[in-house]
Amino acid sequence: MNWILALPELVLALSGLAILGIGVLPKRNTHFACAMAAVGAFLLAAALAIGAPEGSAFGGQIVSDAFTRFAKVLILIGAAAGVVLSLDYNAREGLDRFEYPVLLVFATLGMLVMVSANDLMSLYIGLELLSLSLYVVAAFNRDDERSAEAGLKYFVLGALASGLLLYGSSLTYGFTGTTNFDRIADALSDPSKASSGLVVGMVFVIVGLAFKVSAVPFHMWTPDVYEGAPTPVTAFFAAAPKVAAIGLFARVLGGPFGDLAGQWQQVIVLISLLSMVLGAFAAIGQSNIKRLMAYSSIGHVGYALVGLAAASEAGMRGLLVYMAIYLLMNLGAFAVLVAMRRQGRAVERVEDLAGLARTDLSMAVWMAIFMFSMAGIPPLAGFFGKMFVFKAAIDAGLWTLAIVGVLSSVVSAFYYLRIVKVMFFDEPAGALDPRPASVSFVMAASGVFTTLFFLYPAPLVAAAQAAVAALLG
Amino acid sequence: MAMGGITEMAVSLAHYLTVSAILLVLGVFGIFLNRKNVIVILMSVELILLAVNLNMVAFSSALGDLTGQVFTMFILTVAAAEAAIGLAIVVIYFRNRGTIEVEDISTLKG
Repeated sequence: MNWILALPELVLALSGLAILGIGVLPKRNTHFACAMAAVGAFLLAAALAIGAPEGSAFGGQIVSDAFTRFAKVLILIGAAAGVVLSLDYNAREGLDRFEYPVLLVFATLGMLVMVSANDLMSLYIGLELLSLSLYVVAAFNRDDERSAEAGLKYFVLGALASGLLLYGSSLTYGFTGTTNFDRIADALSDPSKASSGLVVGMVFVIVGLAFKVSAVPFHMWTPDVYEGAPTPVTAFFAAAPKVAAIGLFARVLGGPFGDLAGQWQQVIVLISLLSMVLGAFAAIGQSNIKRLMAYSSIGHVGYALVGLAAASEAGMRGLLVYMAIYLLMNLGAFAVLVAMRRQGRAVERVEDLAGLARTDLSMAVWMAIFMFSMAGIPPLAGFFGKMFVFKAAIDAGLWTLAIVGVLSSVVSAFYYLRIVKVMFFDEPAGALDPRPASVSFVMAASGVFTTLFFLYPAPLVAAAQAAVAALLG
Repeated sequence: MAMGGITEMAVSLAHYLTVSAILLVLGVFGIFLNRKNVIVILMSVELILLAVNLNMVAFSSALGDLTGQVFTMFILTVAAAEAAIGLAIVVIYFRNRGTIEVEDISTLKG
């Protein structure tokens, strides 16, 4: 029993329980202490994940390799930044209850289990641990009608998605006789043995995962949940769980179902095309900036899936690089959204940013950088993400996908640039409240990465390359 | 062998799979066609999970392999937790709105 491999997960599980204890016992408010303990636990887990040895443990239930290392570090960065962004907001909105960091720790534990899963069973347990925690945090502002509705919608569609994923798992188990990823891959090494029942099972698994990454046509919950949930929760949703779910997608399709690439490739091409197009067009008419970012994230998932659709080593590498860049630039953009409050109240319309350049120039400049980067304008980080996946698609002969991708990024540039125009050229709508140092820190760290990525992209690309080598083994 | 007009036959794997597929479809339709009450949606979710459990146990028995039954235990446990969380969210929603009619859940749209 090689439990050392699960050390990051164990650390998070134990610290989640310990923070729960710290939170319950004293009479005074322990939100800040609990949040700091959660950030500490994330950083410790990240350090352990970087140094984790390779191999598989618990009867093949989980693995540790370069891929899990890559995904875990990204997830833990996203989770830590998510907690930091919530500190000030939660205190001001009366949400500073210690349950919040505890739930985020357990959600993150679920994500780590997901990416290191090597069996349909551990995949399911990780996914459910993540989902159950997220349903609760979506409805965390329980006296707010919109937050409760977001929680309810997320719960219903998330539970449906888990059900479909499980149904797919059961068919996969029945037709291969095993739930272990390595043995499923062995059973499928001769693609002619892939029975139609198995292919149906695989499609159900893809549908379940597509719900979780919010790819079209399984995206309906995303705009409502992003809009209704408290802003730091939305920031968390858009960052770490997306990376974990995409990582799981890559693991499942690259590993156990790798030999069925011919079958799943068409499905991924379709959902990727639809996500890119919907993400580009549906965001144009939005006036609520959280809803706009929801459609933007649907579009980004579409671009990332271009890499998966290529079903090649370069494509997978592009996917991982894209998700890393997406995570880091998205955290910055959401830091700006969290900082949007006027006279003590959170505001979330695009017009509320009007004239920001005259009242808070540095935030306006950072936000402009994030928007340009998301639109894919060189030399910002977002451009390189898109370049990697589109190049992989072209090399794999998927010209349609690459062309539609480029065209929809041109369309989506419209709404990103509209935000820049509102900030720099519209009449000021009144100054925003001074932003807290914690939010400024995330904004600046993310901004520096987004701006300077082009100077030194090698470490990230090399880490992604190693991760892909482990994934496709 | 005929007994009282009913032909006796062995219940094969295919029968279990058919029942489970019917349960799955009922559950999915229950979620999408239901216009009345959120509780019905929670029941439909349970129906889907039970369809999966039936599948798992049937495969486990047919394959002579215990993994499927272990998986079923996990699914049952998680389903209980999921139902608890779902009901809790329905309760806070009811406190805010005073209704759990599905058609009224439409504050967020766009």
